Amino acid sequence: MSNATLVSTTVNGDPVQFACPTDESLMTALRNRVGLTGVKEGCGTGDCGACSVTLDGSLVCSCLVLGVEAEGRKVTTVEGLSENGELHVLQQKFIDHAALQCGICTPGFLVAAKALLDRNPNPNETEIRYALAGNLCRCTGYDKIVHAVQDAAKDMRKNNKRSNKRG
Amino acid sequence: MRYATPASAKEAAGLLSKEKGAAFLLAGGTDLLVKLKMGMVEPDLVVDIKRIPKIDEIQTSAKGFTIGAAVSGAVIGEHKGLRAAWPGVVEAANLIGSDQIQGRATLAGNLCNASPAADSVPAMIVAGAKAVIVGPNKKRTVPVEKVVEGPGKTCLTKGEVIEAIVLPKPEPRTGDAYMRFIPRTEMDIAVVGVAISLKLERGVVKKAKVALGAVAPTAVVVPAAARALVGSKLDDASLEKLAAACSAACNPIDDKRGTVEYRTRVAGVLAKRAAKLAFQRAGGAL
Repeated sequence: MSNATLVSTTVNGDPVQFACPTDESLMTALRNRVGLTGVKEGCGTGDCGACSVTLDGSLVCSCLVLGVEAEGRKVTTVEGLSENGELHVLQQKFIDHAALQCGICTPGFLVAAKALLDRNPNPNETEIRYALAGNLCRCTGYDKIVHAVQDAAKDMRKNNKRSNKRG
Repeated sequence: MRYATPASAKEAAGLLSKEKGAAFLLAGGTDLLVKLKMGMVEPDLVVDIKRIPKIDEIQTSAKGFTIGAAVSGAVIGEHKGLRAAWPGVVEAANLIGSDQIQGRATLAGNLCNASPAADSVPAMIVAGAKAVIVGPNKKRTVPVEKVVEGPGKTCLTKGEVIEAIVLPKPEPRTGDAYMRFIPRTEMDIAVVGVAISLKLERGVVKKAKVALGAVAPTAVVVPAAARALVGSKLDDASLEKLAAACSAACNPIDDKRGTVEYRTRVAGVLAKRAAKLAFQRAGGAL
């Protein structure tokens, strides 16, 4: 048994405290102690990307991070994408393009796609496919996901232009 | 499992050297956490070095670059100075895993994991990279090619920690390149990896270094391959000599990714391509 350690961190903008064994992954801590079950466990070894979150802005597999490493860091999960109960453009486009079936991989894809678009607002198809190569989908296939990301990127660029004009 | 976050490399070395049980160093964790999950390791102590000041930074000086042991692949890929100076090292580092892995994986970790197929290791070797190793009592600097001694085995003694990877400032008209072959487009382990750096003088190769990955228990430096390039403008005859020398240096395994014959042949083919890319990057005209 590992000793439980108290971890103070920020998750989706809110201060959060949880106690977890030192050998518990951030993925398990987020799911079982913080209640954020949008973080999915696929492989648990960093191959499938279903547990993707950002840690201080970097895209990571939360199964390859210890819960205790989150002390004082900023974590964002899929639950942090929507604002005021409104879906993020990416989430809406995944629905519009039917870019999901069973849904297990979807949160990871959304978090990874958001990380891509934050870095590169206008990626081409190849860039999207490479950026999402760490996320595995075993039912839909990738075309619809790529289309949803392209469409979301287009809308996000338009919205940015509009808010820049307003600003 | 106890978890420690020392404030200096020396403190980390002290903790690791004093531990009587199984102690492991944690940087990016992309290897350690997989081993933990698989039950391959049962640590009594994990020493997380990421709280050490500046260990997640790249320092640039007149002599070159000091890449802290916790600098991730993503940070390396975004560093303009490093990309301009050693594009081969950057491309090798960035070939490892997905964007998620890049968010955490480190050069020092790739080196310490000591996989024969580690992508960044041949690239670091030909760039003349050195590992700054801090022990409980002393500090030493070791060329990267001397760090790995066999699969999973390094020259680090109990308690020693790699604090940083140091890359020299490249001499003028130097170019480097790393290429690997994998059966997929990405997210796979190298079947063969080839790194080449070379320096030109009046359009002719003056100096060269060639290292192969995934074709022997450790990365292999191939002096005969470098000699094949020196004095040439990469004419066909020198490229053929380079390929033959690389193939001759192979001592690979047979596995599902590639047979011995295949790896041996591909090492030569990739070497020619990597040499051309390094040559162009050094400003040479093909």
